[in-house]
Amino acid sequence: MAAFLARALAQRCALLVVISMLAFAVIHLAPGEPSEVDPMNPRMKPQDIARIRAAFHLDEPLHAQYGYWLRDLATGELRSFKDGQPVVPRIWERFLNSVPLFLVAILIEWTVAFPIGIRAAVTRGSRFDRTSTFFAYLLISVPSFFVAYLVVLGVVNAFQLPVIGMRTFGFDPASSLRLVMDRIWHLAIPSLMAALTGLAVMSRYVRSQMLEVVAQDYVRTARAKGLADDQVVYHHALRNALLPFVTMFGFLIPGLIGGSVIIEQIFAWPGIGRLGYEAILARDFPVILTLNFFAAALTLAGTFVSDVLYAVVDPRIRLG
Amino acid sequence: MAATPARRPVPALPSGSDAAPGTVALKGEVWRQLRRDRLALAGLVVLALLFVTALFGKLLTEWLVVFDPTLVRLPEKLLPPLAFASAALPADQLPAFGHYLLGTDDLGRDVFARMLQGSFVSLSIGFVAVSIELVIGLALGGLAGFYGGRVDALIMRFTDVMLCFPTFFLILTVVALLPPSIWNIMLVIGVTSWMGTCRFVRAELLALREQDFVRAARALGLSDARVIFRHLIPNAIAPVLVSATIAVASAILTESALSYLGFGVQPPDASWGNILSDGRAFLFDAPWLFVIPGAAILVVVLAFNLVGEGLRDALNPRLRRSR
Repeated sequence: MAAFLARALAQRCALLVVISMLAFAVIHLAPGEPSEVDPMNPRMKPQDIARIRAAFHLDEPLHAQYGYWLRDLATGELRSFKDGQPVVPRIWERFLNSVPLFLVAILIEWTVAFPIGIRAAVTRGSRFDRTSTFFAYLLISVPSFFVAYLVVLGVVNAFQLPVIGMRTFGFDPASSLRLVMDRIWHLAIPSLMAALTGLAVMSRYVRSQMLEVVAQDYVRTARAKGLADDQVVYHHALRNALLPFVTMFGFLIPGLIGGSVIIEQIFAWPGIGRLGYEAILARDFPVILTLNFFAAALTLAGTFVSDVLYAVVDPRIRLG
Repeated sequence: MAATPARRPVPALPSGSDAAPGTVALKGEVWRQLRRDRLALAGLVVLALLFVTALFGKLLTEWLVVFDPTLVRLPEKLLPPLAFASAALPADQLPAFGHYLLGTDDLGRDVFARMLQGSFVSLSIGFVAVSIELVIGLALGGLAGFYGGRVDALIMRFTDVMLCFPTFFLILTVVALLPPSIWNIMLVIGVTSWMGTCRFVRAELLALREQDFVRAARALGLSDARVIFRHLIPNAIAPVLVSATIAVASAILTESALSYLGFGVQPPDASWGNILSDGRAFLFDAPWLFVIPGAAILVVVLAFNLVGEGLRDALNPRLRRSR
């Protein structure tokens, strides 16, 4: 077990280094530099551009720049090109803003998708199955900002729900309870919108997993023994159908961070996706790079946890 | 590109391979299964209509301009669907049939003409991006599955690396850094989404390469490339077809998401994504500018997804209903 963990960790660290190099190469080899953000400005003279390039080490060879980035990241000295603020604390702060959004979205996805998927699989071909299938496809196929705008139109008028930002601007309540309620209301619609597509995909996946398992002999045996339907479905079948979802855990993270760009932009949520979008607009290389690095590190940590969990959950797998 | 992926001619199989005899029967079987799936069939009809629309769109907006998507008529702006064009317009600016079938936008451009033009653009983004994805995925998956060992390990580690990136964020970064062009969008979407195909192909090939027909092909002295691409991959193509159909759908969605952030197809070219994105500003004054492209994207992406899933069910013998 210890040997397996050590090897998995070492492998992931190596992957992380390769990922950071690749991200670095992609971003630096693409045309367009931070010094060219404002090419039409007549006051930008060639010597100004040269000065900017020198200040950010952009005139040095790539491997040297990579070295600088790594050194600054390690010493915590990494600063944004745009405003000179330290990068890592800012990413961390924005990430903490995004965490409630991610968590509630995942919670909605899993708690809604599982019952729907299981019921659809068990009653295959029924009206419920066909309806849920159709709605799942509908949700998968709709551009997320299209449906978000329509929902915003509906809820703002009908329920007076807040849809902008994380908290009411200038709201200074007497009790902390009202503050918490304010935060929760602001979370409701964005997290629901962030969950929609994932919910649909997940319910389809649960359905197909359940279908595979329900067709197996041991489930028929359980039924033949005269066990109640619920016992068979939830106790015998579901346990095996759950296994692949343990491995999905790690790969949720890149989707969440990528998807949050749109959702956070729509709802003016000061999270990590919006930070990335702003950094891209400003060609703020240190922020873009560190964000990619951070996302990759989170993903690798997620896959590591799910590998370990897989071994814990499934007694057929021995780590050696 | 034919409208029905299911009817695409099955790639010629080498005579004497043990996979060949079943192929024709399998094709008929898949088609029979697909025909029983009403949702998938509806999807196929929509796609067939879409291909016709896209071709006519290219024809009528660019080569033989009946509907001019770029003509600006400022006095005629934000007219609702089916509105009559004003009689005060000069004769050469009148829209076809004197109507704006889907209304006009904030510059008085004919939305119907723009949607027509956009249908070809959106569809070609989907297909070119997926073709790029397929080329990369088939090549890498083929190499990894056929050679195994060190080649396999190297390619699969690279696939893992790519899977760790937040894809949409990566696409956005590269599209924003590159000069804005529709080809760059297609290329970037294709280059960042081949990982699924690669893993499918590899998994299939790892199982296939031990079979007798492969040994026979190698004993005949065929080159490795020929064994991989003529003998192995045609046998592994079924799941790839399914994922490619669904990938076209997601490429169209990705383009619309990029448009929302301002990095999609740039004006004056129209794509459904950028018509939708521009329509946001007139959500209250001219809701059709937002609803029409949104509904169009929804229907088309839905059709691709339904056909893809229908194909998957038809190809999966374990899920086949008893007759």
